[in-house]
Amino acid sequence: MRPGLRFIPVWRRNFLVWRKLALPSMLGNLADPMIYMLGLGYGLGAFLPEIAGVPYIAFLAAGTVCFSTANSATFESLYSAFSRMHVQKTWDAILNAPLTLEDVVLGELVWAASKSFLSGLAIMLVVWVLGLSTSPLSLVALVVIPVIGLAFAALGLAVTAVSPSYDFFMYYFTLFITPMAMLCGVFYPMDALPEVVRWFSQVLPLAHATQLIRPLLFGEWPAHALWHVLALLAYAAAGFWIALRLFRRRLLK
Amino acid sequence: MAVLRVRGLRKSYGTRCVVDGVDLDIRPGECFGLLGPNGAGKTTTLKLCLGLIAPDSGSIELMGFDVPRQAREARHAVGVVPQFDNLDPDFTVTENLLVYGRYFGLPEATIRARIPALLEFAGLGARGDTPIQTLSGGMKRRLTLARALINDPQLVIMDEPTTGLDPQARHVIWERLRQLRTQGKTILLTTHFMEEAERLCNRLVIMDHGRIIAEGSPRALIERYTEPHVVEVHGEGVDAWAKDVGARHCERIERSGESFYCYTRDARPLIAELEARPALAYLHRQANLEDVFLKLTGRELRD
Repeated sequence: MRPGLRFIPVWRRNFLVWRKLALPSMLGNLADPMIYMLGLGYGLGAFLPEIAGVPYIAFLAAGTVCFSTANSATFESLYSAFSRMHVQKTWDAILNAPLTLEDVVLGELVWAASKSFLSGLAIMLVVWVLGLSTSPLSLVALVVIPVIGLAFAALGLAVTAVSPSYDFFMYYFTLFITPMAMLCGVFYPMDALPEVVRWFSQVLPLAHATQLIRPLLFGEWPAHALWHVLALLAYAAAGFWIALRLFRRRLLK
Repeated sequence: MAVLRVRGLRKSYGTRCVVDGVDLDIRPGECFGLLGPNGAGKTTTLKLCLGLIAPDSGSIELMGFDVPRQAREARHAVGVVPQFDNLDPDFTVTENLLVYGRYFGLPEATIRARIPALLEFAGLGARGDTPIQTLSGGMKRRLTLARALINDPQLVIMDEPTTGLDPQARHVIWERLRQLRTQGKTILLTTHFMEEAERLCNRLVIMDHGRIIAEGSPRALIERYTEPHVVEVHGEGVDAWAKDVGARHCERIERSGESFYCYTRDARPLIAELEARPALAYLHRQANLEDVFLKLTGRELRD
């Protein structure tokens, strides 16, 4: 195998498991964000004026694409990766073959990002079917979604590397993921935040995601697009590097 | 060329020295045993040899490759059966073999061609499509062994291959290991079942506190470290008997629980003595590897 491609058998292993459970897994991944998006978008949206020149449901749809992608990557890199590493000892089995921890962690990273791409794509399909976005530029979102997935998968893996049990993941959701949903322009524009909070929330990965996806869905090229993409890639790279170091300390000693 | 050559291997965690200057030479085609009580450093030694952890000092040459630097290349020619089964619970028997073969970068066709023979070897010929959860402990163990052979390795490393198995399942594993040896595979196994080591290994080392304390064939070790006859005695008044009488009739006497173990070159006087004492029960047998092991590593509990 070529050195850069050794993660592929690890990815394929996870894909084979997913294929067996694809239907319930897809439903679980999609039903939840869809209910929120449609319920809040149409229900709450009926009481709201237009936001940023569009109906609330269209505004919320862009946020839902981002949050659903982030959430799916996070779940996979926390709970599922932890099962494979700690409970099933799947990683131990792989490490006895001619693969290294780098290959395994990279395989998990790309896998979690792949799975989150499906979640993002599914919301995008609904967005297109409901006519919430009609611009051809919205197709570019399909390139951005995997980048969002990589960033959140890498951060999730770093948390998994130090987690003693499943319970630990609740902290990460409560202290990081859920607040981010409120601070990064998923449900309402970030302009609504007090200035001090906005400065802080602007550097969070989900803020970069919404500032890329929302303009694309509205048919505009995002301002500072390159900067946002680079920021997400930096989160992915830093998360992966930290995760790898922590996994090494945990597993190879 | 040695299959595995280890010199001066050391590994410490904090102030605790887990592997303390180990040398090993494993030759092609032999079955080599690594024996020792719990915590002796057996599993750590195996992990070091596979390049999964880095030694503090010493050198390791596995299949001609320098480990850990070239551990990946070395592992291409090695099959590993870990202490605890880590089969993939989401897969069937066949899928487990297929997915594992991919980790070696083997072509799909090669893996699929090897699977029927491996299922046959594992005695799971008709169970290719069975989910893992429905297999018995013995079946899982055999499948783990078959999985370790997917890359047609020259060396098979097994960490306590029969721990937790019932006697029937254990005998099947032993039979399969002998089969592997006739195919010319080299086997390195750790165990604390002395019977297992005595049956399978042509050479072994006994490890304790991270060091190798004895080395040789099972027969040679028994001859060298212990008297050939053992008389186990228990019953009413055995304490007094052991102190006053037993100790005079044998070279060495040891207590374990309620029994005394008398080691001697000539058991006849001892047995004549015991025949006259109906309150004491005794068992006369030949010394075995367990006697050597207990002599060298002591009888106290290891946790």
